[in-house]
Amino acid sequence: MVQIFLKEINGFLDSLIGYAVVGVFLIVMGLLMWVFPETSVLDYGFADMETLFSLGPFVFIFLVPAITMRSFAEERKMGTLEWLLTKPITEGNIVMGKFLASTCLLIVALVPTLTYYYTLYQLGNPAGNIDTSGVIGSYLGLVLLGAVFCALGILASTLVANQIVSFMLAALLCFVFYSGFDSASLLFSDGNLSMGIKQMGLRYHFESMSRGLIDSRDLIYFFGLGSVLLLSAKTVLSSRSW
Amino acid sequence: MSIHVTRLTKEYGKQRAVNDASFTVREGEIVGFLGPNGAGKSTTMKIITGYLPPTKGSVTVNGKDVVADPMFVKRCTGYLGEHNPLYLDMYVHEYLGFVASIYGIPAARKKQRVDEMIGLCGLSVEQNKKIGMLSKGYRQRIGLAQALIHDPQVLVLDEPTSGLDPNQLVEIRKLIKAVSVNKTVLFSSHILQEIEALCDRVIVINQGIIVADDRLENLMRKGGRHLIVEFADDISEDMLLAADGVQGVTRLAPGKFRISAGLDQDIRPALVRFSAQHNLSLVELKQEENSLESVFSMLTRATDNAE
Repeated sequence: MVQIFLKEINGFLDSLIGYAVVGVFLIVMGLLMWVFPETSVLDYGFADMETLFSLGPFVFIFLVPAITMRSFAEERKMGTLEWLLTKPITEGNIVMGKFLASTCLLIVALVPTLTYYYTLYQLGNPAGNIDTSGVIGSYLGLVLLGAVFCALGILASTLVANQIVSFMLAALLCFVFYSGFDSASLLFSDGNLSMGIKQMGLRYHFESMSRGLIDSRDLIYFFGLGSVLLLSAKTVLSSRSW
Repeated sequence: MSIHVTRLTKEYGKQRAVNDASFTVREGEIVGFLGPNGAGKSTTMKIITGYLPPTKGSVTVNGKDVVADPMFVKRCTGYLGEHNPLYLDMYVHEYLGFVASIYGIPAARKKQRVDEMIGLCGLSVEQNKKIGMLSKGYRQRIGLAQALIHDPQVLVLDEPTSGLDPNQLVEIRKLIKAVSVNKTVLFSSHILQEIEALCDRVIVINQGIIVADDRLENLMRKGGRHLIVEFADDISEDMLLAADGVQGVTRLAPGKFRISAGLDQDIRPALVRFSAQHNLSLVELKQEENSLESVFSMLTRATDNAE
């Protein structure tokens, strides 16, 4: 697992993918947070990071599939996946190595945004007038959300051999899991049913964490969903049905 | 370390790629695995290396079943696949280091082992390049280096020389010969000279069925002895058949015949006598080199016709 993880990280750094992901994320978030008047914190006048946490997931929906699309699709096309599977390493370890590397890259992209927190902390009136626990919960939520997106992307990459199809499939899956359930719940007037559907989506749990309350149910949801997705990816690899 | 393949069958959907194949590669033996394209060589090798599961039958490497204990088999086997897939954007050192770490070679010994492989496989000149920049011959060397890096007892090489130019061919063959000392090697190819040059024993597979499994000399003998004989004037085949030792005659052109004869007997003197007796002028008498090619085509045609 460690070998695969290191190889993937090296791959990100060698091929510009890593820099592109971090760069694009920071540029987009920077513009949204500080420049574009509609979403800018400076125009809004309140010291909160809502912009990052409400728009970040949508940036992830495009960024994560770009990170994960090649993970298995490219290896399969090049034949290296077959090669890897004749080596003494289990399918589970390959999946985990690649998953952790993608998630790690995403976390690296998030780290510089901590400066936003510092800036807003100083800008508050009085200084420090910011919902710190909400920010911590949101960051944790964003990391978990990104990890689940990565798992979705990895699964999509194991399912199809074409990188572009893999990208689109992953983006679609991320979108459906993030806001699809949310939107679908609006179709039903029955309150319980509507709520049930809403709770199946990622957004419900992400927003619940953003309030600064770390609820075990949300953690179980993120970890459970992530595990199911990674296990599915492993099963696809083991079946060799491609 | 030996490879035992027992009644192996592999089906892809309705298509049977390998059909009830059984063979053994004993410790220290270099066995050539021969067959036309699509005969089931690669499939068999993929099953031996634990990549594909068999539909029926079993494969054991050093007594361990590949399905039951794949990690053991993968650890003691070096495999060079048909298309030699490599990570083209990795550097030679980086790639070999990665392979070494997959095989669990401790970090302290890793560098030394990588350097050894680079030396052994003649990669020193190109060692600081990206794999994608290397020529096919060098990539093949890297393929061999990765198969050998953990010093496996069993080597499975799937067409290691395909697509190489004649010089590279000779070099890679030499390299295989050098590294396969004291190893159990299963080596597939459809280039017959290569099998002749490298292998002790040959297994011929056609349409998923093992059609021959014998030492090279025995196999060569199977084809019998053939001669080409040409007379200035045409004669009938029956006349020739009457000659001493002639077992079969095919007319190639008027006056020109291909004669099959028993192995143990040189019938050339008899043919000269025959031409003298019948007052014929003999213009050509040539013994055909009994090549592996002719044996191979004989063996593979026989099963094709049976289908």
